[in-house]
Amino acid sequence: MDYSKILAGKAKQIKPSGIRKFFDLAGTMEGCISLGVGEPDFKTPWMVRDAGIKSLERGKTWYTSNAGLAEMRREAANYLARRFDLHYDPETEMLVTVGGSEAIDLALRAVLEPGDEVIIPEPCYVSYAPLTQLVGGVAVPLPLKAENGFRLTAQELRDKITPRTKIVVLPFPCNPTGAVMRERHLAEIAKVLQDTDILVLTDEIYAELTYGTRRHVSIASMPGMKERTVYINGFSKAYAMTGWRLGYVCAPQPLMQVMTKIHQYAIMCAPTTSQYAGIVALRDGDEAIEGMRDEYDMRRKYLTSNLNRMGLTCFEPEGAFYVFPSIQKSGLSSEEFCEKLLMSKKVAVVPGTAFGASGEGFVRISYSYSVAHLSEALNRIEEFLKELSHE
Amino acid sequence: MERILKILEDNARLPLEDIAAMADKTPQEVAAAIDEYAKAGVIKGYKTLIDWDKTDETRVRAIIELKVSPKKDRGFDEIASTIALFPEVDSVMLMSGGYDLGLIMTGSSFQEIALFVALRLSPLDDVLSTATHFVLRTYKRDGVVYADENKDERGYNFL
Repeated sequence: MDYSKILAGKAKQIKPSGIRKFFDLAGTMEGCISLGVGEPDFKTPWMVRDAGIKSLERGKTWYTSNAGLAEMRREAANYLARRFDLHYDPETEMLVTVGGSEAIDLALRAVLEPGDEVIIPEPCYVSYAPLTQLVGGVAVPLPLKAENGFRLTAQELRDKITPRTKIVVLPFPCNPTGAVMRERHLAEIAKVLQDTDILVLTDEIYAELTYGTRRHVSIASMPGMKERTVYINGFSKAYAMTGWRLGYVCAPQPLMQVMTKIHQYAIMCAPTTSQYAGIVALRDGDEAIEGMRDEYDMRRKYLTSNLNRMGLTCFEPEGAFYVFPSIQKSGLSSEEFCEKLLMSKKVAVVPGTAFGASGEGFVRISYSYSVAHLSEALNRIEEFLKELSHE
Repeated sequence: MERILKILEDNARLPLEDIAAMADKTPQEVAAAIDEYAKAGVIKGYKTLIDWDKTDETRVRAIIELKVSPKKDRGFDEIASTIALFPEVDSVMLMSGGYDLGLIMTGSSFQEIALFVALRLSPLDDVLSTATHFVLRTYKRDGVVYADENKDERGYNFL
C-alpha cells in the first residue's frame, strides 16, 4: 500500500511540529520541571463539575440541537453583554462549538477560497496557519515586534493587506506573548478595516485573563466592527475547562448559517454534558474567574520580577498566563536555549519559534503552576544562566 | 495588605522581594506590614508542614472530645485556657454540637496519649467526660494533600 498516494497533498504539506520530539522527551524525563503547559492548573470550579454530573445523573445524554442548547446560548449572550458589552442574538448569531479550536476551523472553512489570504500576527497560537492551508488559503505571517509590546499596529496591518486579503486574525490576549490590545490600539485597527470587506477573526479565549484595572475590550464592541467580526470565546482558560472541549462563536447571521451547516455535518453538536456544565459556568462563574485571575496575577508578577532580575528581560504581559522573556543575552537560539536548559537542568520551556519565526530570541514560560513549582524552576534557570556565562 | 497574608499563608518562606513583587509593594512596605501583623496578633507564627509518616520518627495524633461544665462568669474560657497550657495539646477549640471542647494532640505513642487523657485531662474538675479518637492516616492537612503525590496530570500539550 502506497500511503503517500492516498494522503491528501494539502494535509501532507502542513509542517509537523518541529518540537514535538523534544517535548515527548521532556514528558518522560525523570525529575523534569515543566513550565510548558498551555492550560490552567486549577480544577474546574466545583459547581460547574457538579452541573455536568447532575446532567449525567438525569440521563441527559442525547445530542443537543446543532447550534447548542438554547439555554447555553442565552447564557452566553447574557455573559458577553455583562462582561464585554457585546450584543449577539442567541438564536441567530451564536453557535456552541467543540472548544475555541473548532470555531477557528469553522470560520476559516466558511469563508476561504483557494488563494485567499489570511493575515496572522505572530508569534501566536499555532493552529491558524495550518487550518488556513488545509482549505487552500494562504497564511500571511505578520511578525509583531517586541518594541511594540507584541501588539499589532495599524501600519503593520496596512502593509500586509492585498486584494486577496480575506481575514485578519486577532489573537489577543496573546498566547505566547501575553500581549493585550487595549481600546485605543483596537480603534486604530478598526479604522484600517472599516471600509473593507476584510473579516476579523478575533480569538478571545484569554479575555478573562487580562490583568490590571482596565478590563478586556473586544474589537467586536467597537463601532462598525460587529458586522465584520467573527468572535470566538470558550471555557478552557477562564473556567479551567480544557478537557470539556467547549467554546462558542458569534458572527453575523449569513456567516453563522454557513458555519452551522459545516458544524452540523462535521461535529453534530458540542458535548451535551459540557454544555450543561457551561450554563452554570456562564451564569454563576464570575467569582471563580476572579479568584483564579488573582492567583495568576500574583504568579505573573513573581515570574516577571525574577526573570528580569536574572537578565531574561520581559515586557510586562498583560494577559493570558505566559511570559515571553528575551533569551538573546544567552547568545543561543530559542531552540538551543530550550534544549540545553532541558538537558542540563531538566526544565522545559517552549521556544518562541514554535509560535512563528518572529518568536526567535524568546521563550514562552507558562505560569499555570504553583509558586513553589515556579520557584524551583527559577532556581534551576538561574543556575543554568550562571553556568552559561562561565562557558 | 490582605494579599500579603494570603501569600504568606501559602508559602511563608518566600523572600521579601518576591512577596513585594506579587503584592505590588516595596520590600520595605512588606516588612513593615508583616511586623504590624505580628504585633497585632494577626500573624501567630510560622511552621513547617511535615509528613512524619515519611520519617523514622513515630508520631501519634489524636482528636479528643471533651464535655466540660462551664463556669458561671467565664463560661468555657477558663477550662479551655487551662487545657491550652499543656504543651502536649496542639489545638483547643470550642465546638458546637455534641461536645464542648475539641482538642488535637500529638504524642509518641497511643499509650502516651491515652495516659495523658487519663491522668491529666480527666481528673480536671470541670471535665465531665472525654472521647479519644486516634488519627490512623492523614490524607490532607492545612490544605496540603499528604496521601498521594501531587502529580501533575496535565498532558504534555504545550501549544
